[in-house]
Amino acid sequence: MSTALAIESLRKVYGNGFEALKGINLDVEEGDFFALLGPNGAGKSTTLGIVSSLVNKTSGKVRVFGHDIDTDLVKAKLNLGVVPQEFNFNQFEKVFDIVVTQAGYYGIPAKVARSNAEKYLTELGLWEKHDQPARMLSGGMKRRLMIARALVHDPKLIILDEPTAGVDIELRRSMWTFLTNVNREGRTIILTTHYLEEAEALCRNIAIIDQGEILEHANKRDLLRKLHNETFVLDIAGNLDQAPMLQGYPARLTGDGQLEIDVASDLSLNDAFRQLDSLGVKVNSMRTKTNRLEELFIRLVSEEKKANKRQEDMADA
Amino acid sequence: MLSANWVAFQTIVIKEVRRFTRIWPQTILPPAITMTLYFVIFGNLIGPRIGEMGGYAYMDFIVPGLIMMSVITNAYANVVSSFFGMKFQHCIEELLVAPVPNYIILLGYVGGGVARGLAVGFIVTLVSLWFTDLQIHHLGVVISVVVLTAVLFSLGGFINAVYANKFDDISIVPTFVLTPLTYLGGVFYSISLLPSFWQDVSLVNPILYMVNAFRYGLLGVSDINIGVAYGMILLFIAILFTFSLSLLNRGVGIRN
Repeated sequence: MSTALAIESLRKVYGNGFEALKGINLDVEEGDFFALLGPNGAGKSTTLGIVSSLVNKTSGKVRVFGHDIDTDLVKAKLNLGVVPQEFNFNQFEKVFDIVVTQAGYYGIPAKVARSNAEKYLTELGLWEKHDQPARMLSGGMKRRLMIARALVHDPKLIILDEPTAGVDIELRRSMWTFLTNVNREGRTIILTTHYLEEAEALCRNIAIIDQGEILEHANKRDLLRKLHNETFVLDIAGNLDQAPMLQGYPARLTGDGQLEIDVASDLSLNDAFRQLDSLGVKVNSMRTKTNRLEELFIRLVSEEKKANKRQEDMADA
Repeated sequence: MLSANWVAFQTIVIKEVRRFTRIWPQTILPPAITMTLYFVIFGNLIGPRIGEMGGYAYMDFIVPGLIMMSVITNAYANVVSSFFGMKFQHCIEELLVAPVPNYIILLGYVGGGVARGLAVGFIVTLVSLWFTDLQIHHLGVVISVVVLTAVLFSLGGFINAVYANKFDDISIVPTFVLTPLTYLGGVFYSISLLPSFWQDVSLVNPILYMVNAFRYGLLGVSDINIGVAYGMILLFIAILFTFSLSLLNRGVGIRN
């Protein structure tokens, strides 16, 4: 198993002096489904922009399947497919032409390009629209068009920058299925998203970036274990007043027959259920209060902000 | 990799041709109408009162200049509007993420500009046949000068597009530089009519060399030595090509 993407000491300082990346290191293994998460302005798009040659780096190394973008850019690009955040195709061109033209840029002969374009437009449910100008497509269709365009030269690494932004739930789920299948075929996928539920559902490894630095870079399970506790919401009936009296589990009633329980990571839910049963409380259903990854993400980012604030205060003092 | 680059070059040229033919009422039709008006007004109505110019009827004299003018403006306009449009819509990213060498990107856009310049030049030539019997003194000179001129002004359009940040920026150079140079480049008159000082000033206008070289190809007359004209055109092409490529290599205006 080789490394699909290797980033070493990557720095980016923009013309106005803003340091968007502060020497980050990141490795993504071949075949991985990887999420790069971070708040707005954290450095995600700058990182992906440098990898895909849209942004000039200040210093550092980037290798795509071992091909250095400074010395072996053509081979690095051949292995890479990019789905950007913004629509970046000619809205007046026909859907089919957009995909075939992109294949041509990769040196794929017209016959093969047309065949590949038909294959991916069909798989993404766009073939019926292939003869229409791109501006006639809905937002979700335009996102799928960009995925088809990124796949047309059969890259081994696919970068998707918020591919499901503004897409309805049904379509988002179908795109998840499509991307999962693409990953199962052996292609490496790197995803940025603001839907942390998406990252939790799809990705095996996750990096969290904020203010140009990588805060966490780990396997999803290891990362989630770092959550010290998790809050569950229970729909209950029976002795509601008795419900918050649980021993060892901070709990509170929130109205409408709902009970919130904080469960520490070293405790199990079995004991909580036993206690509720003995208190005469019946549990009808249960769900987590927030997405687990979201909880961790918020905690890490706010800790980073607090640490930065402390450093600034010390510097001022 | 050579064949891959050839496919990429063809792809860019085909895309460009598809673009300007798709919007033919904006790209092909207006120059045909404008040039027809020039032929009617300057050639048919005013021309007979002017008499001969350079030993030819005025209509015959201005036809090469007008054909060349349409080639220059259309080659320039195609590249500047298309490449700036790509930047504006961020479609340029489609090219930047792909393994297309910068010289292929440049050649592809120049190819598109040349294609539109030649297409419009051909249409204007056909229109001119309604007004005059076109003679060809030297076919090789006619073809080579038109192609080289289209290449040169496509490169000019490319540089303009790289530096342009808004739509106004792509009309400033054509309005304030290209049009005056074209009108003062011997399209409508022979520079022998000018006082010697203004003749010398005219010699720094590159368009003068192209119009005269083309006129030589059609009529066999020129204010300029044909060898000097070729030398000047090739020199300008070499300078603009090198400069355009350096802009692309540095990512000026297209990479952050």
